Amino acid sequence: MNPKKRGKMDNNLLSSLAGVIALAVPIIFASIGETLTERSGVINLSVNGTLMLTAMTGFVVAVETSSLLLAFFISALVGSFVALIIAFSSITLKQNQVAVGFVLTLMCRDLSYFLGNPYMGKPGPRVAALPIPVLKDIPIIGPLLFNQDILVYISFVLIALAYWWVFKTRPGLMLQGIGERPAAAFTRGANVNRMRYFYTMIGGALVGLAGPVYSLSAKAGWAGPNSGLDGIGWIALAITIFGGWNPLRAAAGAYLFAFLQWLGIFLQPQLPNIPSQVLQVAPFPLMILALLLVNVGNAEWVDRTLAGLPESARRVIAKILRALRTTPPASLGIPFENE
Amino acid sequence: MQKTNTPLIKFTFRFLAVILALLFTSLVLLIAKTNPLEAYKNILQGSFGSWRSVANTLVVWVPLMLATLGLLFTYATGLWNIGIEGQIILGAIFTTWALRILQNTSINPTTAVILAILAGILGGALWASLTGLLRIYGGVNEIFGGLGLNFVATALTIWLIFSPWKRPGVASMSGTEPFKEAYWLSQLEGFRLSIWAVAIAIFGLILVYFVLKGTFFGLKLKAIGKNGRAAKLLGIPTSRYFMSAFLICGGFAGLAGAIQIVAVYHRLIPLISSGYGYLGMMVAMLVNFQPIWAAFVALFFAALNIGSIQLQIALKVDSTLSGVLQGALLLFFLIMEGVRTKFFESKKARQNG
Repeated sequence: MNPKKRGKMDNNLLSSLAGVIALAVPIIFASIGETLTERSGVINLSVNGTLMLTAMTGFVVAVETSSLLLAFFISALVGSFVALIIAFSSITLKQNQVAVGFVLTLMCRDLSYFLGNPYMGKPGPRVAALPIPVLKDIPIIGPLLFNQDILVYISFVLIALAYWWVFKTRPGLMLQGIGERPAAAFTRGANVNRMRYFYTMIGGALVGLAGPVYSLSAKAGWAGPNSGLDGIGWIALAITIFGGWNPLRAAAGAYLFAFLQWLGIFLQPQLPNIPSQVLQVAPFPLMILALLLVNVGNAEWVDRTLAGLPESARRVIAKILRALRTTPPASLGIPFENE
Repeated sequence: MQKTNTPLIKFTFRFLAVILALLFTSLVLLIAKTNPLEAYKNILQGSFGSWRSVANTLVVWVPLMLATLGLLFTYATGLWNIGIEGQIILGAIFTTWALRILQNTSINPTTAVILAILAGILGGALWASLTGLLRIYGGVNEIFGGLGLNFVATALTIWLIFSPWKRPGVASMSGTEPFKEAYWLSQLEGFRLSIWAVAIAIFGLILVYFVLKGTFFGLKLKAIGKNGRAAKLLGIPTSRYFMSAFLICGGFAGLAGAIQIVAVYHRLIPLISSGYGYLGMMVAMLVNFQPIWAAFVALFFAALNIGSIQLQIALKVDSTLSGVLQGALLLFFLIMEGVRTKFFESKKARQNG
């Protein structure tokens, strides 16, 4: 193969991989937002609906005002407001989080279809590419990481910031505390419920940002039910679990998912007999498989089966299962009462 | 303090929830530059304005009712069977499959339809068992297992319509080749409604009412739902009851899917489940395990679905408004329940203190 042709192939591969990194951005926003919320002990099950509602809201605001900044700001507010409803009804009113989150996820989706109907298929603005001078010229890393739009750079910062916050700071330690043992955190002076409100709304704002990342960048435009966004929020929720409530591992999950999404698009021409709708759902069985891998280590029958295996095999399998296994914050979904 | 839960107080708070939901939906309509009163009038006319629209409302009521009945079992056990949507779809697929085979045999059409409905029940139950197995043996929460399988079921439908079961000539989103009229559940003259389908739903309602209220089995399901750990310590095999709840719910969902084929569409279409599974979850949450109330709420929700189609034709706004109103009703219902308990709790605390 002559060197020139090889160079071109590498470029194609690089730009595809750069596309994967861009495609992962909304999932990173949503799953890190949800990670923060769930770390505090609250489940926000409305992610799928919130993401669609803010994708629509962000697009409409951008079309009407031509201000991308305002579009993202309003979307974050909407996401935060939906989260506030969950916080209020579950923390203050002691209603079931799953029930409220489920209703909101359905209602927000229908709201996005209903209110976004007049804007379907309209042309709209999108976030411009922002190559970083000098850095973008570094071989391989440059085109991969530094020839993107600003949202991609923000996602890098967000991953690092969230990890640092949760594991390396005092408030982060407190956050872990209110999700694991709220009573203990309370005796050490934490206002558990106020902090849960705070992290639910911060998490909701991040989920809210994920919407316009789609409609103004990754999958620009609003096409109602044909936007292909329905289901992605559920994937983000699953990635939160797969990521073991750790921002770094969640980000890895998001990149893996984006890679598989891209693979689906890439394989499409190779498999003309399979309708495109079928390849689009490929991530869902993989989602189940991923959850199975991280959870199956907790099952009783696995221990029993392993006990019957020869020592060497048993040790290897047990080690793999332990590495994969994730455990939720101990008080996830359980209301806290300071008696 | 016995007064806190009087029917009058409960009713007042529920009534307030309905008012708030209507106000919220009106606000949404105003944002969409539509007159709310005009919109509600159209929904009402579209759902109960004529015999034809009443019949159409009942066409939606039957599968919605069946799905809700199944969900009462999983709810009683404390399980969130979001996978019901896929279970309806698999019921429809199995029914279509059975009819495709049986129509080419010498079996008489009536028997064929009955066998196809049974196949649908089996299909729904089998699909539900996957969610159950994932939950019981794999530790995968039924919300995620079920949801993932819903998307798989939708993809399976589309693949069937476009590949192995495609119409002679062109495959299209309009679905598979319709079945001959002999293989339909007989309909009322001039309407889309089948009395047999309504009868099946009513029979199911009575059956579920007695099983949940009056049998040991129903009692045990509820015991597990109330306190799974305690039930296990008392020697109730929880896994087995989880699985039974999934299988029963899947069976009802499969029946709903079968009805969609033999009584409504007479072919497999891409959106065969029509979202009735998710809608059924809302109904079941609203009625809090009571089958009789479920019948009325399901009827009301079915009316909203049908009425909003009229809304779309008359006022040119999207029919998803029904979903907004249904969601708002349940959301404000949950919030007002919380406010009611909170309000009376703090009153009690003040009196004690």
